[in-house]
Amino acid sequence: MRANCWAGRNEVEVRDVPDPAILNNRDAIVRITSTAICGSDLHLLDGYVPTMQDGDIMGHEFMGEVVEVGTGVDPARVRVGDRVVVPFPIACGACGACAAQLYSCCENSNPNAGIAEKMFGHPLAGMFGYAHLTGGFAGGQAQYARVPFADVGPLKIESELTDEQVLFLSDILPTGYMGAEMCDIQPGDVVAVWGAGPVGQFAMDSARVLGAASVIAIDKEPYRLRMAEEAGHIPVNFEEVDVRSRLLELSGGRGPDKCIDAVGLEATHGSAHIHAFDRVKQAVRSETDRPHALRQAIVSCRSGGIVSVIGVYGGMVDKFPAGAWMNRSLTLRTGQCHVQRYMTPLLRRIERGELDPTRIITHRLSLEEAPRGYDIFKNKQEDCEKVVLTP
Amino acid sequence: MDLTATTTVRRPVSEVYTFWRRLENLPTFMEHLDEVRTTGEKTSTWVASAPFDRKVEWEAVLTEDVANERIGWRSAEEADVPNQGTVSFVLAPDGVSTEVHVHLVYDIGAGKLGKAVAKYFGEEPHQQLDDDLRRLKQVLEAGEVVRSDGAPWGKRARKEFPQRPAQPLTAEERREVLGV
Repeated sequence: MRANCWAGRNEVEVRDVPDPAILNNRDAIVRITSTAICGSDLHLLDGYVPTMQDGDIMGHEFMGEVVEVGTGVDPARVRVGDRVVVPFPIACGACGACAAQLYSCCENSNPNAGIAEKMFGHPLAGMFGYAHLTGGFAGGQAQYARVPFADVGPLKIESELTDEQVLFLSDILPTGYMGAEMCDIQPGDVVAVWGAGPVGQFAMDSARVLGAASVIAIDKEPYRLRMAEEAGHIPVNFEEVDVRSRLLELSGGRGPDKCIDAVGLEATHGSAHIHAFDRVKQAVRSETDRPHALRQAIVSCRSGGIVSVIGVYGGMVDKFPAGAWMNRSLTLRTGQCHVQRYMTPLLRRIERGELDPTRIITHRLSLEEAPRGYDIFKNKQEDCEKVVLTP
Repeated sequence: MDLTATTTVRRPVSEVYTFWRRLENLPTFMEHLDEVRTTGEKTSTWVASAPFDRKVEWEAVLTEDVANERIGWRSAEEADVPNQGTVSFVLAPDGVSTEVHVHLVYDIGAGKLGKAVAKYFGEEPHQQLDDDLRRLKQVLEAGEVVRSDGAPWGKRARKEFPQRPAQPLTAEERREVLGV
């Protein structure tokens, strides 16, 4: 089959690779009908997430048709011919983390748990196409994928919704939603979201659905801010205005009640010297992550507020504003999304028309054009917000 | 060499105890063990892969067996690497899971084999036992040891990095890995 593979830092390549087959008896093989490039794929592309290898198949947002199931797959849950969306965390459904619905912390799905444990203290779940740290599972930017624990994760789509309407249930819609849910939004809340990429846009929409009075989008790309504004959110361009002052204006001087970091480890900063400080430290690997958005979210949030982090971090950060966090009674919440927890409720919201995930799609390319998709997405060319690939 | 490790398995104590007590099950999750055969009420034969493609075989004797609580064993006198172990099973605070506490002692002598065994365990001997218990948990909770494309070797998953690329195995690799 054809698959989009990591070929070294800043290079992906569509190659011929073997077709997947059943390796564990609860596996299914899915023929992929739609797949997407995620902002977190760019962290892999750049080499900021360690343990990538030449030839690793990328991609963790995909859906398609089940074409084969292992002998251990519960037929009541999934059968050959089913149309399914596959969540990016691989979860066994039976461990303590899964029992607590903490699917992205599944204790059994990562064969490389030992590596993750050394880096993070405790292991992470297996994830598709996301380095060997999360298991070394081939990803979904391909014609076919092997899906372990097929009777736990994949969501059957039985309605007439199009691929584009449901594809993002695999990651970014639940991730954005969880970012808003962790904010414990109360009526009247002002919610600020750093990052108007796909996850940020969905965090904004979700904050509104969950009852926020107003939602603020912070970014520097005019086309992304325009997209947020068209969806009814308030744009703030951090290259044009002082973010803190603008946020105070927009929240009666209190500061946003809830702040969401939808940027993560490769943030850029309005202040050139602070950006340079982090960029240099990152380049010499004395700091792995550039945490501008997180710092600004913590400093901006009103006292007693909640800062919710859904942007991806991979390692260590410098200059964490612990004083602001501690002295002003802030709550910091975070996590890789527990996608399985949100798929069905969010499918219902899509069916009811409360959320329209298709609004962020700007590019529809073939799988063969994946390298171009990465290029324009990474460099924010052609007003690229979200690339959907068709194998 | 003295090793301890602990894990929590979300299965009832009786099930975890019964699984371990059927010693033939141990090779499903213990990497170095190829086979355990029960030979009598308290005796069994253990076969392990040793370094340099050697096989080591020894007799073991059950020293303790308290149902749903504890199992103890030690190698019979003529073992090349004398060893003993205990495993205890404790109801976890959640009321549904089982804490598994393992204690192993290897008497690694100065002989050639002793040195080879020490080398086999490497600089982080705990890692192997931790990984064994991780696989015990996978077998009991998820049904079998989980394989990925990058790490498809099941219980023989010690190779950490670099691994295979995360792309599907060829038919030949699959035969080798799955033995079918």
